[in-house]
Amino acid sequence: MGGAHGDGLLVAADSPVHSLPAQCKVVALLVGVAGVVATPPRQWWAFVVYAVLVGAVVAVARVPVPTVVRRSVVEAPFVVFALLLPFIATGPRTEVLGLSLSESGLLGAWNLLAKATLGVVAAIVLAATTTPRDLLGGLDRLRMPRLLVAILGFMIRYAGVVAGDLQRMRVARESRAFRGGHLRHLRVEAAGVGSLFVRSYERGERVHQAMVARGFTGRMPALATAGASGRQWLVAGALPAVAVAVALSAWVVA
Amino acid sequence: MSAPSIEVRGLAFAYPDGRQALYGVDLHIHRGERVALLGPNGAGKTTLVLHLNGILGTVAGGAGTGSVAVGGLALTAENLVEVRRRVGLVFQDPDDQLFMPTVADDVAFGPSNLGVSGADLDRRVHAALSAVGMVDAADRPPHHLSFGQRRRVAVATVLVMEPEILVLDEPSSNLDPASRRELADILTGLDTTLMMVTHDLPYALQLCPRAVLLDEGRVVADGATRDLLADADLMAAHRLELPYGFDPMSVPGAR
Repeated sequence: MGGAHGDGLLVAADSPVHSLPAQCKVVALLVGVAGVVATPPRQWWAFVVYAVLVGAVVAVARVPVPTVVRRSVVEAPFVVFALLLPFIATGPRTEVLGLSLSESGLLGAWNLLAKATLGVVAAIVLAATTTPRDLLGGLDRLRMPRLLVAILGFMIRYAGVVAGDLQRMRVARESRAFRGGHLRHLRVEAAGVGSLFVRSYERGERVHQAMVARGFTGRMPALATAGASGRQWLVAGALPAVAVAVALSAWVVA
Repeated sequence: MSAPSIEVRGLAFAYPDGRQALYGVDLHIHRGERVALLGPNGAGKTTLVLHLNGILGTVAGGAGTGSVAVGGLALTAENLVEVRRRVGLVFQDPDDQLFMPTVADDVAFGPSNLGVSGADLDRRVHAALSAVGMVDAADRPPHHLSFGQRRRVAVATVLVMEPEILVLDEPSSNLDPASRRELADILTGLDTTLMMVTHDLPYALQLCPRAVLLDEGRVVADGATRDLLADADLMAAHRLELPYGFDPMSVPGAR
């Protein structure tokens, strides 16, 4: 998770994308991705336009390309599935490099890969240009239920603490000459996971006590965030507007 | 004369598993006093502290007898919110206390719960952070701060509620000597009534003119901190030990 010194996944820079309010970026991301997903897969040109758009945003946001590539690894399971599709799908088959592949499988693989990649890269840009705190504030502004915002906030806050607990337990185990990785060590690992759960549960109780001691009555206070101006909505809306327009014209052409 | 900050009478309490933690505690703390609550592990110190703002005890649905009043206001279910505002509890592990995305959000949490908002809220947050010298960290996430800084922010999260009494659980634990001294400077600079639970006896002597010794759920001594620490028999009988070479009669104490 974020580590001790990074602020979530933020790549600190001073760019127009960074300075947009989080709520605008979240809406832009959702609408843009919806446009991409709705595009018929045979309209290749539309995906070229999308790729150029997303590439432009990456450049404007000054997110280093190696960072984008590294973080795209989260897409790996989808890539594996997409690569399998041409082999396991049924229907008419075609020869590619001496392999017999399913036509619908190929199309499905392309569809999955292109759309997933565009979505993942767009999400990476959002995460790299927005601090976790602003993101929470933006979601709050978008009327996301405050309880869910609070749960997300606690997750961000305590992921590092729990990871630290886990790390200390591992160090303590290994300091007593324990070497994991073997199946028969599963018992020890399982006990570790169990005690981590109990510790986290107890920490939850203590956090709740500390909240109650400061007058918590079951309602989280709003995070103070600035509203977005009309101009900012326009700037953020430009890209998804183009994406939706492209998607619509792709349908018309198809 | 004004009402005492804390008045505890005949407080007894047993945990749901039947373990009796307090056997009739009486405690009287005047406004502006600084009191150290001493005692060995398991003496009931934390249990007593959690009674002061009703997290444990009959108002929380527990079993027990006795009464607690804070600044003249009896701790009852109706007064719970006001009593919790008056008793500022600083917990031992700042990670338990700081849970909002940024330091400023966290300091604002308590007053927001009391209905403070807008410029008034900003002013109080700023005042509390400057009282602990952490204004520069306002927009940082708590997990980016050092342990000592987090402890100071934890103090600010409670100061911002303008409490009648500040109660600290082991304020010097896990602090390096410089952070420990910085915290002492901050605490001595406050004019709030203060109670601190501690095993750090020199710290108690430095900060608190008065000490209360709790053991096995009872108050066994209550007096000037220096006199308690210098009473070798009393100390030995309750498993308290001074650090090697420390002579409580040879150093200046709190006045």
